[in-house]
Amino acid sequence: MSIEASEPTAATAGTDEDGAALPEWLVRVILALVPILLALIAGAVILLLLGRDPISFYVNIVRRGLISWIGLQETITRCAPLILLGASLIVAFRAGLWNLGVDGQFLLAAVVTAALSAWMIQSVPSWVVLPVGMIAGFAVGAVWSLIPALLKAYQGVNEIVTTLMMSFLGVSLANVLIKIPFNDPNTTVPQTMTLATTDRLPRLFDTTINIGVVIAVVVILIVHWVMTRTAFGLRLQTVGANPKAAMHAGLSVPLLTVVTFGLSAGLAGLAGSVEILGVWGNVRADWNPAYGLAIIPLVFLARFNGIAVIGFTFFFAMLSIGGETASRRADLPNYFILVLVALILIFMALTEWLNHRRALARRV
Amino acid sequence: MTDLSPTAPGETETNHPIVLVDGVTKRFPGVIANDDVSLAIYPGEVHALLGENGAGKSTLIAMLSGMLQPDSGQIHVRGTTTTISSPRRALELGIGTVYQHPTLVPTLTVLENLMLGAPWNQRMNRAATRARLTEISNTLGITLPEDARLGDLSLGQQQQVEIVKALWRGEQVLILDEATSMLTPKGVDDLGQVIDRLRTAGIAIVFITHKLNEAVRFGDRVSILKLGQKVGDLTPQQLAELSPEDAIRNIVDLMFGAASQGESTAGSESKSELQSAPVVLATQRLATFAGLDEPSVTQVEFDVRAGEVFGIAGVDGNGQKQLAEALAGQRPITGGTLTLEGRDISRQTVVQRQKAGLRYVTDDRLGEGTVGTFSIGVNMLLKRIGDDPFWRRGTIQRKEVERHAETLIERHDVRTPGPDTPIGRLSGGNIQKALLARELDNAPLAVIYNKPTYGLDANNIQFARRAIRDQADQGVATIVISTDLDEILELSDRIGVMLGGRMVGIVENDRDAQRRVGELMIGVGVAA
Repeated sequence: MSIEASEPTAATAGTDEDGAALPEWLVRVILALVPILLALIAGAVILLLLGRDPISFYVNIVRRGLISWIGLQETITRCAPLILLGASLIVAFRAGLWNLGVDGQFLLAAVVTAALSAWMIQSVPSWVVLPVGMIAGFAVGAVWSLIPALLKAYQGVNEIVTTLMMSFLGVSLANVLIKIPFNDPNTTVPQTMTLATTDRLPRLFDTTINIGVVIAVVVILIVHWVMTRTAFGLRLQTVGANPKAAMHAGLSVPLLTVVTFGLSAGLAGLAGSVEILGVWGNVRADWNPAYGLAIIPLVFLARFNGIAVIGFTFFFAMLSIGGETASRRADLPNYFILVLVALILIFMALTEWLNHRRALARRV
Repeated sequence: MTDLSPTAPGETETNHPIVLVDGVTKRFPGVIANDDVSLAIYPGEVHALLGENGAGKSTLIAMLSGMLQPDSGQIHVRGTTTTISSPRRALELGIGTVYQHPTLVPTLTVLENLMLGAPWNQRMNRAATRARLTEISNTLGITLPEDARLGDLSLGQQQQVEIVKALWRGEQVLILDEATSMLTPKGVDDLGQVIDRLRTAGIAIVFITHKLNEAVRFGDRVSILKLGQKVGDLTPQQLAELSPEDAIRNIVDLMFGAASQGESTAGSESKSELQSAPVVLATQRLATFAGLDEPSVTQVEFDVRAGEVFGIAGVDGNGQKQLAEALAGQRPITGGTLTLEGRDISRQTVVQRQKAGLRYVTDDRLGEGTVGTFSIGVNMLLKRIGDDPFWRRGTIQRKEVERHAETLIERHDVRTPGPDTPIGRLSGGNIQKALLARELDNAPLAVIYNKPTYGLDANNIQFARRAIRDQADQGVATIVISTDLDEILELSDRIGVMLGGRMVGIVENDRDAQRRVGELMIGVGVAA
């Protein structure tokens, strides 16, 4: 299983010799939007079959997730961890590595950040606590990827298996940490000590949106720029597209593999930190949003393009925020929104297949 | 007509082609892969389709086997105009294809591989499969170990299984795409016998190749493709009248025009001049341990002077690749030294050696030489990522990259729509030109070429050899590793022979060289 490097690389973007057909970028936009549209149509058919009004369902989603002021703020706030996870996955996928352990890295970093910041705040001001918490989260994520990274780099062990296993271990370890060393004795539900609302990430103007989303957008733009424009990014992409060629060109493939894992997992950890420092202030033992696995298809839909990931993430956040209300109003289970997500995946695979056939036909 | 029962040749020759390709054109962005091509394929006849890399053979085959549709023109099968809409449809029409690259599952047995094509909703019938295998094997005059794992078979036998599979449903047309490219000389002979049996059985065979002598040896009829067009053919009558040499000469004229024979380029500098030139690259007791699966290299000693071409001959797999990689820095040197202009570089990295002027042109052009999805521009700088002026403060300067690529594209005559084209879309010859352009750019001192013309067509072979010789004449110390003895003899000033990971002898390239190198290659006159 390898990640097809069908997306544009640093220097292939730009003019295409294909004069008659559509420009390449437009094809990509269409390829990304078509599955979403088809999924919405298919979802409407399912809603009709269930005797619900699809139009009012979709209107409710948009009204709650986008148009209502409270909903919009929730949507934007939700974007922060998703975008950071997107950035994390872009680094890994562009380098041809499957970091499927982002959820473990995320949760473990969240727990450590929560415990550390709640403890530190007793003696230091919050403007110190917050950056230290984020750095700690990054470090925890990176460390948690070390075993898969070293195994992949020096033994060639398949990272899909190891990162997934480490993810389960990470989630379990996070649970242990919450229940034993970091447990807040004053609550009945096991959870870490809580960082007071006033000590969390500052909010933007007069909203409930914290600056986490700004951090996330800046980070993903930097990641996008590094991956597409810099020598470092090109080296990672070379390793991803053809490790033998990378070795032939004198790149240290094992070293770059470890660095890639460190960056990717670090960003996943940062996502956990930002979510805790911005929104929750603590981690409860039953909290595991598993954003990582939800975001993977979006990163593929966006073809590893950071800017596109921001757009898709916003759409997904709106769908999940607005979908709760819309499902309730339509008297459907909360999980109905997952049906839409599944449909997007199915149509995404179909479009991908058609595109692959198109690519085959172009080969001389 | 679903049976392979032998029929006498000639009698069934009704002069009606079983497949008729009529004025077929296929365009790809920027290229016309097939331009108004017409072919007639007759039962009981081997139709050799000859052409250089990128001449359009693969496209034509893809249309016959249902992978591609023609933009215009028609394909008639048994007299009716037919759309071959899919590979499955091609099989239904009785057109079986054996592709250049293996399509069978190496971990399954021969029998299991043959059962794979059965409809999904039917039970697999071992007995029937076995019977059918025996039937086809008898027709082909071969015996296959039915229960052996496919991966354990020789490449020749694996190909026989592919042929059996392509004829499984009584196909009457068999397309063989570069069928000899992976075979040993013995394997080629065996294939020849199989082809004879098929011809006798009345099967129409399309034999695709880029090798002249094979086209003449196997073909009853030869069609020549060049740049997407059919530039000529030889009918069975013509082939029968001509001697093989004359036939080849005729074909060469059709393919390349009159001027094509390469002159020996070696020795354009006099020996005395060479001997006074400084030694550029030298090894002393060089060794590299390559593990148990590959040949290790030990005790290799040679030196190469400025302007000299040092050929390294040997049967494939005697440590040539490992030696090349050790010289280039891709593989650690585990003993001895390597010096460039007198400085020991045996501990330096690939990049340091590259910067110092040591270049390595790999034989694995797509596998390790290039990144197929990257643009030509980036591939031209693959070994210089991060260097000024193409990257400033770590950021790519696209204008500079493009300008650099355009200069090299022009200097080395790389045929491409532009520097932004992914290099994987170019033909093999053009990828090799791009690779040569990259390695010869920026003042090389010493260049190692590993099988520099492997898989190229005659024109590109000449082009590559001339480029190698020109570089040497400009004072570059040159190492040419090749399994093609003619190539070594044409290019080299001196020749070293590798056997079992050692350099068993170094001879001057004089009149006697061919015999002595040949003996050394098989170990005659080598001290144990």
